[in-house]
Amino acid sequence: MLTKRIIPCLDIKDGRTVKGVNFLELRDAGDPVELAQRYSDEGADELVFLDITATLEKRKTLVELVTRIAKHINIPFTVGGGIKTVDEIEELLKAGADKVSLNSSIVKNPDLINEASDAFGAQAIVAAVDAKKNAGSSTWNVYIKGGTEDTGMDALEWMKEVERRGAGEILLTSMDRDGTKSGFDLELLKLVNSIVKIPVIASGGAGTIKHCIDAVQQADSDAILAASIFHFKEIEISDLKAQMAENGLPVRITA
Amino acid sequence: MFIRNDKINLDNRMIALIKYRAGNIASVSNALDRLGAEYFLAETPEQLDKADGIIFPGVGHAGSAMESLKENGIDEWLINTNKPVLGICVGMQLLFESSTEGNTQGLGVIPGALQKFDSSVEKVPHMGWNTLSDRTDHFLFDGIDEDEHFYFVHSYYAPSSEYALANCNYITDFIAVTARDNYLGVQFHPEKSGEAGAKVLKNFLDSVY
Repeated sequence: MLTKRIIPCLDIKDGRTVKGVNFLELRDAGDPVELAQRYSDEGADELVFLDITATLEKRKTLVELVTRIAKHINIPFTVGGGIKTVDEIEELLKAGADKVSLNSSIVKNPDLINEASDAFGAQAIVAAVDAKKNAGSSTWNVYIKGGTEDTGMDALEWMKEVERRGAGEILLTSMDRDGTKSGFDLELLKLVNSIVKIPVIASGGAGTIKHCIDAVQQADSDAILAASIFHFKEIEISDLKAQMAENGLPVRITA
Repeated sequence: MFIRNDKINLDNRMIALIKYRAGNIASVSNALDRLGAEYFLAETPEQLDKADGIIFPGVGHAGSAMESLKENGIDEWLINTNKPVLGICVGMQLLFESSTEGNTQGLGVIPGALQKFDSSVEKVPHMGWNTLSDRTDHFLFDGIDEDEHFYFVHSYYAPSSEYALANCNYITDFIAVTARDNYLGVQFHPEKSGEAGAKVLKNFLDSVY
């Protein structure tokens, strides 16, 4: 049976892992490869590396890091953060990334999804969508630039469009829940999972094991992504998976 | 944790990893490096002639992968070889006769036609870790527990048949591992399937060396 995936997210700055709350007070948290290896050993099913570097040297450092990760890690991983062109995608995939995650760039240039999907296959293209609920209604808008800019676009319509254009997967982050540890936006996830026919990774709001179980059991999510709860060891991946299994959810238990 | 071996090649037998446009060379060659395997990249039939066993990777679109193989005459070489060949993902799919993906003719060394998963039943692609079923005794599975998971990502599948060494179930039963004569194929990505996947690769290498 296809299992539900647990995906730790590592924030990367200048080739190093950083930890912080809501991108504030970022602290160096060591070598990404070492942390990735730890997560892999603990039973992570995939990894996401999100590059938040803002310098011109960024891409070079990132490609070097991806090469190093690919040499050591034997589970799939996605790389995201400021990727804008087919050439950049090709460089990262050739360096050994399995997928790239595209966010602001596809909002500005939706054709990038089609071009990248045609060139590398849908399985390599993750559409990252940051959604925020509109006050007083059951609609969500798409936000870009790390959740700071409202595009005015309807999130559900946008997710249908990214699917139509050839994305293989959606990484959906609730801006309302991100960093709150108050649970995933189940209302949003339920809606999306009933509308799109590609896998959806739930992100934003994980605080407890129950939150993760709810996102799968109640909202039918295919995968759970979280950063801080794994970084700060508030939840051990092995405990999470054991409890998911006890609740009848299919998970991959590693020795 | 990796499986690390000393050089396991005893008498200079060599594995060729086919390099063509649709191959995910980096991932497979990294996995072979982790196993300490002796291998080289082959782009032409002449280079393949020097190999004792062949790994045939593939990602993306079956049609464009097949086109790319034809450019260098690798398709004909693969059809005519008696050497052990391990197809991975799209590489495995191209061992079959045809695929509805881009109306592609495959190498046809294993009977069967690839179908697309029905996305009105479940989400497509089939993406993630899944288990094998109906496993036959085979050296590829040496040292691997029956309930191990492997990483799959694909939208087309080979319907289960007598050429299945193991099936997988998603929407329907399909071939996860196939064999006919010297041709072997795995629909999952052994290079991305943790230790279990590394064992599959090592079992293939051991059968060649």
